[in-house]
Amino acid sequence: MTYPPSYRYTQQHEWIDVKDGLGTIGITDYAQHELGDVVFVELPKPGTKIQVGKSFGTVESVKAVSEIYAPVSGEVVEANAELEATPEKLNSDPHNSAWLIRVKLADPAELAKLMDAKAYEAYISEKNKEASA
Amino acid sequence: MSEHFKKASQHVSQNERLIFEISSPGKRAFELPPLDVPAADAARVLGRYHRHEGVSDFPEVSEIEVLRHFTRLSTWNYAIDLGMYPLGSCTMKYNPRVNELVARLDGIATEHPYQPQELSQGCLKIIKLLEDCLLEITGMDSITLQPAAGAQGELTGLLLIRAYLQKQGNPRKKVLIPDSAHGTNPATAVIAGYQVENIKSESHGQIDVEKLRDLVTEDVAALMITNPSTLGIFEPRIAEIADILHRKGALLYMDGANMNALTGITRPGVMGVDVMHLNLHKTFSTPHGGGGPGAGPVAMKRILEPFRPTPVLIEKDGGRLLLDANRRESIGRVKAFAGNFGVLVRALAYILAYGPGIRQATEDAVLNATYIRKNLEGVFELPYSLPSMHEVVFSDARQKQNGVNTMDIAKRLIDYGFHPYTTAFPLIVPGALMIEPTESESKEECDLFIDAMKSIAQEAATNPQLVKTAPHTTRVGRLDEVGAARKPILRWKQTPARSEAAD
Amino acid sequence: MRYLPKSPAERKQMLAVVGGKSIDELFSSVPEQYRLNKALNLPGPLSEAEIIQYFKARAAENSLGYTSFLGAGVYNHLRSVITDTIIQRGEFLTSYTPYQAEITQGTLQSIFEFQTLMCQLTAQEVANASMYDGSTAATEAVLMAERLTSRRRVLVARSVHPEYRAVLKTYAKNSGLSVEEVPMSADGTVDTKALQSSLKEDVAAVLVQSPNFLGVIEPIPDVANIAHKVGALLVATITEAVSLGLVNAPAEADIVAMEGQSFGLAPSYGGPYVGVIASREKFVRQMPGRLVGQTTDSNGRRGFVLTLATREQHIRREKATSNICTNQALCALAATVHLCLLGKEGLREMAHQNLSKARFALAELEKIPGVRRAFDAPFFNEFTVELPRSVKLVNAQLLREKIIGPFVLGTAYPELTKHALVCVTETITRVEIEHFASALRSALEQPV
Repeated sequence: MTYPPSYRYTQQHEWIDVKDGLGTIGITDYAQHELGDVVFVELPKPGTKIQVGKSFGTVESVKAVSEIYAPVSGEVVEANAELEATPEKLNSDPHNSAWLIRVKLADPAELAKLMDAKAYEAYISEKNKEASA
Repeated sequence: MSEHFKKASQHVSQNERLIFEISSPGKRAFELPPLDVPAADAARVLGRYHRHEGVSDFPEVSEIEVLRHFTRLSTWNYAIDLGMYPLGSCTMKYNPRVNELVARLDGIATEHPYQPQELSQGCLKIIKLLEDCLLEITGMDSITLQPAAGAQGELTGLLLIRAYLQKQGNPRKKVLIPDSAHGTNPATAVIAGYQVENIKSESHGQIDVEKLRDLVTEDVAALMITNPSTLGIFEPRIAEIADILHRKGALLYMDGANMNALTGITRPGVMGVDVMHLNLHKTFSTPHGGGGPGAGPVAMKRILEPFRPTPVLIEKDGGRLLLDANRRESIGRVKAFAGNFGVLVRALAYILAYGPGIRQATEDAVLNATYIRKNLEGVFELPYSLPSMHEVVFSDARQKQNGVNTMDIAKRLIDYGFHPYTTAFPLIVPGALMIEPTESESKEECDLFIDAMKSIAQEAATNPQLVKTAPHTTRVGRLDEVGAARKPILRWKQTPARSEAAD
Repeated sequence: MRYLPKSPAERKQMLAVVGGKSIDELFSSVPEQYRLNKALNLPGPLSEAEIIQYFKARAAENSLGYTSFLGAGVYNHLRSVITDTIIQRGEFLTSYTPYQAEITQGTLQSIFEFQTLMCQLTAQEVANASMYDGSTAATEAVLMAERLTSRRRVLVARSVHPEYRAVLKTYAKNSGLSVEEVPMSADGTVDTKALQSSLKEDVAAVLVQSPNFLGVIEPIPDVANIAHKVGALLVATITEAVSLGLVNAPAEADIVAMEGQSFGLAPSYGGPYVGVIASREKFVRQMPGRLVGQTTDSNGRRGFVLTLATREQHIRREKATSNICTNQALCALAATVHLCLLGKEGLREMAHQNLSKARFALAELEKIPGVRRAFDAPFFNEFTVELPRSVKLVNAQLLREKIIGPFVLGTAYPELTKHALVCVTETITRVEIEHFASALRSALEQPV
């Protein structure tokens, strides 16, 4: 799967797509692959304040729970309600329809600290090398 | 024994529907003696609380149907009674049947926890003798038998520590837990009101004593240690660890899940341990029963005694025993009544059968585990090479090169007639195979297990698909756990098409 | 030793394989200064016959031959021999927690049936695979309500079992939860006026027991209404589960925490019993304990697995919903078999016999001068009477008649100085009730 060039990425494998001060946040294809079949997603309610680098929700597979870390600080304006009934979308379409939350950014300058697609792809290819070593 | 003897072969397994699906109105399996007093008018005396319709969809079946239903279900289980059950950390040993008999005696099973203590001296003597035996085995000063299981024992132990530190003026904030620990340890620490600080094991899988020195501050209430560790390796520097804690006013908690490696050999009381729990359903052979009941007695040093949960057993003049609930400094109750008494009876019966000879059980348990380790060393990867005791932890590193993981090997073991070992634990070993044979296995059973493991390793190299799709001989194949978790069906419900639900 | 399957020669052979000269070498990792180096001072070894003899001697020092009117959270009910026959099958008795689903379908299906039976009884949507007992189930249910509401206050009726309240206090103390008690009213039920006045929007849960510790049935629908008005959850606890055969289920409660001992488990001096938590489907992810779910295998056949395990300690560790691991599976199996044997009609009949015998006993006791029913609200198989003198003294005299008298309420409820909680189940005969009544009459007639 390709990593959309317009997105920004974290080392914990979240992505963020910012348009007009509103960020859409999800987890990457690499992350869903590492997790395996997703069975449940827990997301914050609209109005919740999230803080960069802090966990704002969890994604569960049958035998693991992963925290999702905020790529930026801000206030949640919407959570993807569809994932409650169809968590499997996170496995099939992690970069689009399986977005997790939309956030009003508190400090757009935070984006500068994130990786672009190229840097992220280099980062995960390094990870894959480590794993097979 | 014939050279061609194989442990497993196949036989017919009977299908059986849910009890609700074989129910039909008007049948019953239990009759009461006739009512010998005037029948109450339930609708009148209960008024608006009367459950007119009874319990809807409750089963209605005859006695033989109930017996057959559960007998058929039972044949779908593996059990210690069928063979080796090498689940690491679980100590699945033989469950002597005399223990079941004595726990069911009239005068034992029939006793009510609130009956007068002068009519309970037999029960109290059983509790007293078990307390004395467990104190002798652990080398500790005082004990409570109230906790219902290991996790509740852990909670009791941490609450004792908290009460003790509180009395010194500060309950402190943190509990240190090694990354190799059971999941109950961190979960328990949180309930006891502590933050968990995980500590990384050093390269041999042991506690990093030098690092611990830095970690133990005035904020630390306790360290929870499992000894031998979940790798089956004894922590030789335990007294030093205790000393580091004690110098900073913190205490040492020992998870006694692995006492099967130590009983009769050494005693936690001499190693600086301040408080520990025992799992009677592990070391002391009370049956696991498919997941309980258990009992998790907590043994402690004198300094913690005043804080024991109530009631505590005391001895009066003339040897009369009493349960005393009037303890000013007690942490309170952790469960109702005096603990899982029926489990305590079984554990005492087990100890009495051995007496001091219980050391032989420990020796055999360690001999079996070491024998299996020696025989499989060249076949499976051994991530930690220090000598192990009652259990041994391999990893699937070699088999993984062919795409076969620990769970696949475990499932394939089923086809060879064994219960799997513990998979994927401890967390510090990726792809762990955690094997604990216990003392209850003969040399022959150990040899069959070794042969099976070698054969599976061979298959993993030559026919990995066979292993990855195992088991091939069970009544159900691998089950869809993802589907079960995504759309949970947690109960049966009456549906119009009920007769088609059968298998 | 009869439990150890090795000959001395086999031990030697195995030792030779591992390259050891003596068994002691296997313990070389245990430093010398910790070694015991002497035999443990334990009684035994005992043969099977001696073990039986020892426990029979202890049994003889207990209450054999006495008739008991004790309940108070532990009830003596009829049990079928079938239940014990089933739970003593090695395939159930000596099996572990069903993590390996392919070879534990027996345990898994029986737990699924247990969960279903508990839902049917309590009129709830989901039930777990068991808790330690009623007291810890009630406590865990309150902690679950705390997680669901993110509120920190809990109101507990004083008519909840005193030991259940004590356990809740122990657990709540360090989790920042404040537990406040709500008094009972004159008819023995929870004082709804007092409840209303302490109930604010910071309350996570209201905990009531029904039938309550004094024997009376609580108005669950009314209490639920009051609690729900401020967004608090109602946790209903039940110690006498047989009541559900005849008394309305606490359908309006959000979480039900029950003791299942009445279903086929012996009193056994306090345990092991079986706790139950049942609740609404939408709350299932905050439930403690194991859950079994239905699924299919690779060939599409129905099968069962442990599911939603990410709530539990072995996965979520310090963030788990509870630290519970070992629970009470075999006791849950006993309850399942027992309830299948009783069936719909059997359970109703057993409940009706309890009600009838308790009503008969009350009528007999009320004939005695000075003996008075303490609370007017409807009861099931336990009721509180006020005696004209100390219950302790009366009970001492009843013992001479081989009767274990009713539970003394004064210790837990200082205001109920002369009150006794009488329990009469189907195991008590009319003759025994009449004997109790006449023994009580003569005890009260004797000069103090």
